[in-house]
Amino acid sequence: MKTILKSTVALLTILVAFSSCNNSEKSGSKSGALAGNVAEKVYVAPGEYDSHYAFLSGGYSGNITVYGLPSGRMFKEIPVFSQFPTSGYGYSEETKPMLNTSHGFIPWGDSHHPDISQTNGEIDGRFIFINENNTPRIAKIDLKTFETTEIIEVPNSAGNHSSSFVTENTEYVVAGTRFSVPIPQRDMPIKDYKGNFKGALSFISVAPETGNMAIKFQVLMPGFNYDLSHPGRGKSHGWFFFTTYNTEEASTLLEVNASQNDKDFIAAINWKKIEAYVNNGGGTMMPANYAHNLYDEDTHTATSTMKKEVRVVNPSEVPGAVYFLPTPKSPHGCDVDPTGEYIVGNGKLSANLTVHSFTKMLDAIEKEKFAGEAYGIPILNFEDVLAGSVEQPGLGPLHTEFDGKGNAYTTFFISSEVVKWKLGTWEVIDRKPTYYSVGHLTIPGGNSGKPQGKYMFAMNKITKDRYLPTGPEMEHSAQLYDISGDKMELLLDFPTHGEPHYAAAMRADLIMERSQKIYSLEENKHPYAAKSDADTKVVRKGNEVHIYMTTIRSHFSPDNIEGIKVGDKVYFHVTNLEQDFDVPHGFAVLGQNNSELLVMPGQTKSSVWEPTKVGVWPFYCTDFCSALHQEMQGYIRVSAANADTPLKWSMGEDIE
Amino acid sequence: MLFAAILPLGLFLFPLWRITLEAPQYPIPLAMNIHINDFSDVHPHDIKNINLMNHYVGMQYIPEAIPEFKIFPAGILITGFLGLLIAWKGNYKWFLGWFILMLVLSFAGMYDFYLWEHDYGHNLDPKAIMKFTNKDGTVMGFQPPLFGSRDILNFKAHSYPQLGALFLGLGITAGFVAYWVGKKNNKRVPS
Repeated sequence: MKTILKSTVALLTILVAFSSCNNSEKSGSKSGALAGNVAEKVYVAPGEYDSHYAFLSGGYSGNITVYGLPSGRMFKEIPVFSQFPTSGYGYSEETKPMLNTSHGFIPWGDSHHPDISQTNGEIDGRFIFINENNTPRIAKIDLKTFETTEIIEVPNSAGNHSSSFVTENTEYVVAGTRFSVPIPQRDMPIKDYKGNFKGALSFISVAPETGNMAIKFQVLMPGFNYDLSHPGRGKSHGWFFFTTYNTEEASTLLEVNASQNDKDFIAAINWKKIEAYVNNGGGTMMPANYAHNLYDEDTHTATSTMKKEVRVVNPSEVPGAVYFLPTPKSPHGCDVDPTGEYIVGNGKLSANLTVHSFTKMLDAIEKEKFAGEAYGIPILNFEDVLAGSVEQPGLGPLHTEFDGKGNAYTTFFISSEVVKWKLGTWEVIDRKPTYYSVGHLTIPGGNSGKPQGKYMFAMNKITKDRYLPTGPEMEHSAQLYDISGDKMELLLDFPTHGEPHYAAAMRADLIMERSQKIYSLEENKHPYAAKSDADTKVVRKGNEVHIYMTTIRSHFSPDNIEGIKVGDKVYFHVTNLEQDFDVPHGFAVLGQNNSELLVMPGQTKSSVWEPTKVGVWPFYCTDFCSALHQEMQGYIRVSAANADTPLKWSMGEDIE
Repeated sequence: MLFAAILPLGLFLFPLWRITLEAPQYPIPLAMNIHINDFSDVHPHDIKNINLMNHYVGMQYIPEAIPEFKIFPAGILITGFLGLLIAWKGNYKWFLGWFILMLVLSFAGMYDFYLWEHDYGHNLDPKAIMKFTNKDGTVMGFQPPLFGSRDILNFKAHSYPQLGALFLGLGITAGFVAYWVGKKNNKRVPS
C-alpha cells in the first residue's frame, strides 16, 4: 500500500512537472506568435544586406568566420592562425612568415576570443584582434581588407586564453595565460609547480594610427590559471579584471584538485598604475624569444622578426596595482557591464552568480580592509566587494553580456539556457533554452560601453539533432534571439564552422563603407611584381628560377616556359593586373607540393614549385574568372638536370 | 554676346559626353566621360575594364589620346577668341555669323564623333574571340549610340551629353539670342 501511495505521489509530481513545462512552452510560443512572424525577422531578401556583421572565432580551425545577422548567412572565412589552401595563406612565400614562431613554422592554431577595436568605449570597426590558445599569439585583422595583417607571439605564456580583449581606446589588447609555467622556461620537476610556476598577463600596446602591436609589459602573477578577462570601462577604465581558477596550484587531475577551494579570485589589475611605473623605467627587461609578424599591404608581403627581450613586472614592486577579489568556485567568464560598475564572475561550479561592485572595491582598497594576501597581493573581503548575486539562476554559468538597457544575459552550460536578469535588482526576467550546452553568447557591441542590443546569439558546443545528420562529426550550432522586447525570442538556428568560442559583432555600416574592393596595381611594391605584360620575364639565379608572371582576362603571361630543370626551385610570382571588383585569378601547376594561389586584383603572390619529373606540365587559372576561363592555361617544360635547354618564355607566339 | 563667347570655355572644366554600360554583373555600371581633350574614368579603372570587356568581341582599345583632343580645344579657343573679338568690335550680323560657325563646327564635331564610334564599333579584330552576326548574316557591330540608349549583347549602352555640352549649347544659344536682341535693337533705333 505504502509503495502504491509513494509511486502515485511520484507520478503526480512528474505529471505536474510535465504539465507546468508544457504551460511554459505554450506561453512561450504564444508570445512568439503574438510578437509577429519570426521568419520575417530573419529574412533578408535576395540582394538585400544584413544589418550586422558577426565575426565568429573558429576555435580549432584557427580562423575567423564572418556572418551576417539576422540571416545567419556565412560570407567569408578569414585565415588567421591556420594554413588556408583556398587562398594560399600560409603556403605562399608572402604569407609563410605570418605563421612563424619561436618554435618554427606552425601550420595550425586554436583561435578563441575576437574583439573589435574601440574609440571612446565604442567599437569603431577598424581592427579585430584574436588570440591563439595553444602556441600563445595575438593576431590583428584589418577590416578594410578582412585580412590578417599582424601576429605577435606572447612569450612566458601558455594556453593564451584570457585574451584578446581591448581597452576602451584600444590602448592595449590584453593576453593572459591559462596555464602557469616556469618563467623563464627550464627543466624542472612538475611536482614542484606550487610556488615556482608563474602566470604572465601581457599588455600589448596598439599604435593609434597603424594598429601595430608591441608587448609593453607582462605582469608575473602567482601560478594560478587565468581563465578570462575584461577591461574596466567608464568609471573603471584603467583597470583590467581576470578570473582565476586552480588557486590550489595543482598540476595533476585538475578537475578534482583545482575544485577544492570554496572561492578563487578575480584579479583586479590597475594597468594605468603599472603603465606609469613602466614609463618611469620600472620593471625588468628579461631575455625572451618571440616572433613579431607584420604584413605590408604595399609589398603584399609579411616579414617575421624575432624579438629578444620583454619587460616584466612583479606585482609586489608596484603597491596598489593588483588586488584579489574572492569569487566562488572556479569562475570562468569575467564580464564588466557597460557602465563599468559591475564585474560579473561566472562561477561555473557555483549555484549563484556573483557580481562585484567597482565602487565598493575602491572603497575597500582605500580603507585597507584586507582579508589576507597571496604572494604579496592583498585579498579583499568577499562581502566588502559584493554588489549582489543572482540566486540560483541555472546550472554552470559561463559568460555574461549586456544590452545597454540595464539587463544582463548569462549562458548556463549545464542547464543549456540563456538567462536574462536585471543589474542592481539581480532578479531573473526570462530564460530560454539553447540547443545544446551553450558556451559564449554575443550581443553586437558586446565588450564596449555601448552595446547594440537588438540581437543576441548563443554559440553551442553540442549540435546532435539540430540539422540533417552528417555522420559522427558535425558543425557546431548557434542560435539567434531577438532581445528587443522584455522576453527573448528564438529566431534562428545556424551552423557555424570549427568551434566558435566567442564572437564579436557590430552594426554593418561602419565596416561596409571602409571595405576595400581591389588593391591598387600602381601602389603594388612587391619586389617581384610584373605590372604589365611588358614586365614579364624569367630569371635564373643558380638553380633558383624566378618567373615574373601576369594574369588578366583570360591569359597568363608568359604562358609557354622552357629551360626549367629537375632540381630547380621555381618561383611563380603571379601579379593580377585586373583592377575590377571581384576578378581574382588563381594559379596551380601539376604536381605542385603546395596549395594554389588565389590572387586578388592588383596583388602579387608567389608559389614555389620544385619539379621532380621531366615533362611538359600544364598550369591553369583555378578561379572561374571569365568567359574564357577554360582557355586560361599554359605549359612549363622541365628538362633533365643535366640538359642544356635554354631558358625561354613567351605568350601569344610559338617558342622558337 | 560676351556670355556666348565665354560659356563654351566650360568645356575645359566639365565633360562633354558620357557613355555608360550597364549589365547585371556590373551593379555599378562601367562609364567613360568624354572631355574636350581627354577620356576619363567615371569610377576608377572604368576604361581599363571597358577595354577588357570589349577585347572579347575584337574591339580596339580606347586610345589614350586622339588627334581631336588637340583640334577641339584649339577650335574652342579660336571660336572663343573670335566671339570675344566680335562682342567687342562686331555688330549683330557678326553675331549671326558666329552662331552659324559654331553650329557647323558642333555638327562637324558630332559627325567626327560618330565616325570614331562607328570605327570603334565595327572595325573589329578578325581574330576576335567571339564573333556575332546579325540576323541577315552581316557581322554584328558594337557601336554605342550617338545619343540615347541601345542594347548591345548583355550590355545596355547609354550615350548622353554632360555639363560641358550644356555650356556649349548655352553659349551657342546665347550667340543667337545676342543676334536676335541686337537685330531688334537695331530696328528700333535706325542708325
